[in-house]
Parts: sequence; C-alpha cells; structure tokens
Amino acid sequence: MTALAALTGHYLRASFGNKFSLAFGALQPFLYLVLFGPLFARSGVGSWEVLVPGLLVQLGLTSAGMAGFGIVFDHRFGVLERLRVTPVSRVTLLLGRVLRDTVVLLIQAVAIILVAWALGLRAPLAGVLPALLLAGVLAVGMASLSYAAALTIRQELFAPVMSTVVVPLMLLSGALLPMSLAPAWLDVVSRLTPFRYAVEGLRALFAGSYASSALLWGVVVSLAFAVVGVALGTRRFQTENA
Amino acid sequence: MIHARGLTKTFGPVEAVRGIDLDVSAGEIVGFLGPNGAGKTTTLRMLTTLLRPTSGTATVAGADLFADPAAVRRRIGYVAQGGAFAPFSPVGEELVLQARLYGMSRRQARERVTTLLAELDLPGVEERTTVTMSGGQKRRLDIAMGLLHRPELLFLDEPTTGLDPQSRANLWDHVRRLRERDGLTVFLTTHYLEEADALCDRVLIIDHGRIVAAGTPGELKSAHGARTLDDVFLAVTGRELREEAAA
Repeated sequence: MTALAALTGHYLRASFGNKFSLAFGALQPFLYLVLFGPLFARSGVGSWEVLVPGLLVQLGLTSAGMAGFGIVFDHRFGVLERLRVTPVSRVTLLLGRVLRDTVVLLIQAVAIILVAWALGLRAPLAGVLPALLLAGVLAVGMASLSYAAALTIRQELFAPVMSTVVVPLMLLSGALLPMSLAPAWLDVVSRLTPFRYAVEGLRALFAGSYASSALLWGVVVSLAFAVVGVALGTRRFQTENA
Repeated sequence: MIHARGLTKTFGPVEAVRGIDLDVSAGEIVGFLGPNGAGKTTTLRMLTTLLRPTSGTATVAGADLFADPAAVRRRIGYVAQGGAFAPFSPVGEELVLQARLYGMSRRQARERVTTLLAELDLPGVEERTTVTMSGGQKRRLDIAMGLLHRPELLFLDEPTTGLDPQSRANLWDHVRRLRERDGLTVFLTTHYLEEADALCDRVLIIDHGRIVAAGTPGELKSAHGARTLDDVFLAVTGRELREEAAA
C-alpha cells in the first residue's frame, strides 16, 4: 500500500510538472467539443447530453490509451528494470502508473464537462458524478492495455500503432454519432467493442436513466474490461525481459 | 551467499546458459568474466530474479530463487549495465521513490539518500539530473540506487565500462570499503581483467554458457603458467572474435 502510494504520488508529481502533457491528452476531445459540438447540438441527432458522454470515451482512448508512451522511455533508460528488482508486486508496479493516468483523465474529464456546461450541457449531478467513476474504470483498463502494448510491440511502433487503433475503436463506439443510426452490419460490429457499452452507459447517466439496462451493461462491460486490462498489463510486467 | 546448481537458460533454440554451478561466500568480491555473448548478463539477470531460469536450482542471499523471488529481491541490490536513471528526472526524487519501494517512510528515505550520496562523494546532487553528470558520477549514483536498502549482496554489471582510470580506481575503493565496513558481498562482471585481478578475491570465467575456469587470480595464473589474467582468459576462451550480439 505504501509502495502504491509512493509510486502514484511520484508519477503524479511528474505529470503536474509537465502541464503541456496534461493538456495534450485532452486536446482531441476538446476540439470535438468546441468545433463539432455546436454542429451536433443543432443537427437534430442529439444534444450536448448525448455528445459529451461520447467525448469522455474518446478521452479514455486518447489520454489513457496513449499512457504507455511514457513507459517506453523508462524501459529504455533502465528505470523499469530497477523497479522490477524491488520486492514490490508486479501488479503494484503497474497500478502506480495506471492510478496516475486515471487521476489525470478525471481532471481532464472535469475540464471537458465544465466547458461543455458553458456551451449548453445540462445533466443531473447525480448522473455526472457516477459517470466520472465509470470513465475512471474505463481509464484503468485502457491505460493497463496501453502499457501492455508498449511492452509488447517495438518501441518505435507504439505511437503510430496506438494512434491508429483508437480511431476505429472510437468510431465503432458510437461516441460521435449514436449507433442507433447505424446500418445493421455496423451495429453488429460496434457491439463487439467494449466502448459501445461504455458510451451508452454514460449517456444513460447523463440522461438520468439510472435504472436502464444500458447503464447496467455499461458498468458490467467496463468493469470486465478493466479486470482484463489489469491482468494483461500485470502479465507483461512479470514476463517482460530484455 | 549464492549457491546455484545446473542453471540453464534457453531463448528459443539458443542455449545462452548451459548448466552453471556457482558458490559465492559472504563477504567475497567475485568477478564474473567472459567474452561478449558468453552468458554473463543472462546469468546475472537470472540470479537477480529478472529472468526465470529454464532449469536448475539456486539460493540467493538465503532465499530460494524459484520459490521466494520477493525475498531475494529484498536482500540483493542490482546495478545494471545501462544505469537506472532517466535523464529528465531529478535524481533525488528517483532515489527517494526507490527507497520507499523497500518500505522506508518518506523521512527515512530522504535521510538514507542524503547519507548514501555523501558516502559515495556525491553530496547535494539531489536536484540535478544525470545529463549534467560525468560517467563516474553516474556510476556511483547507480551504485547508490542499488545500496539504498542495505542489501547483503550487490550485483554489478560492468560497473566501470567507459570510465577513465581515475574513476575506475575510485569505484574500486568504494567497493572495497563497502565490503570492509558492511561485509557486503559483491558479484560483478567486467571486461577489464586487470580490474578483476586487483579487486576480486576470486574470478569465474564463463564461455558458451559454461564456466570454463574458476579460482583466485593467483591460482588461475599459476595453473595456466600465465603472467596476467588476460593470458589466462585468452587461454581458456580462445582468440576467436565474438561477433554475435551480447546476450
């Protein structure tokens, strides 16, 4: 527990020392919010309450999804190996980083929600707060997978591969336009990705439908995603060599 | 301090280490020598729990390598060949973090870091990054990282490679002092055979994944009728160039 707090605190101090990187991870969803949101809100497809949950999932993909980039350098400079000779459990070594990424994502998510509010978003606080929690669960899974990927694929490929992979995942989640508009085949493909359920669960919370099956599925799939992500990430921390 | 029997490591079809027996007593400084690709770093990484051996048994610092790697990790320090510091982070923060991972409180960690840096002739470098340091300073910093938790056994992988003669001699003095004062056991790899001769109580020479010679520098030299350890080394490992990548 001390080790986890020490690691998370250490990484958070490093993140807050670099405000640019804090802002950069949220840049894409922020651009969609400001430059696409006003169009979306007047399109008749949906309102700010439909778009913003999608942008939170996009944030998960771009912010937590790119988290692994940092470990590439730690790996190269021997920092990772030095941590791996300590008695700290491998899952703690992973979670120290993942918790930092989750805190960073939550700060970015709050900033996006506040700007969205200024633009016209209206959602019950009783829905927004658990939505942040759900976004946090998603971030845990996403950041863990990002580290697993960073320790698996060749260093120089990580950034191009991850930034390409997140595009179809985001489009298939229905983050930008609800999948209710999709043709049957696209709807089926979309249902095979975990983020579809997260988007719909978050939309249910923003709409105040706390007893909906969309919310239930969103929670179940996001939790399962986080468990799988942490398991895979821990495995990479255990077996990683070279 | 180290007892290993029949340690092997295969990477796919490559047998990097082919059955090594090792015994290192408490308080010894042992040099582990061998040409590039002979299996030195692979052996070191197995003994430090970073690589799981393919077969064999080993007790390191009193704990079973396979059954209780966490106990091994608590009792050993490991200084890797390439160092342990990212160039953009103040070294004090990294050292304090590392100390806390061994269970020290923040205050204990800070005190330990200050003391250790002073002992290694690096007083007050906490706020600096490694970019501004010399090769010798960086190596001593890496050693400080490996000593934070007062290990009984320290592994040093090519600690003096790339250092000037002054920095090398200085590093030897530090290693000797740690052994004399704290009874530290040191297991180090090196390509400098005069270093092994001057510093080590005993040397082991590994080639093609097997130990091909072992003894005190004096024993090895007289056994091979050689004047220097270099001659012994060439006699037991041959003169053929090793172009394959270091394993």
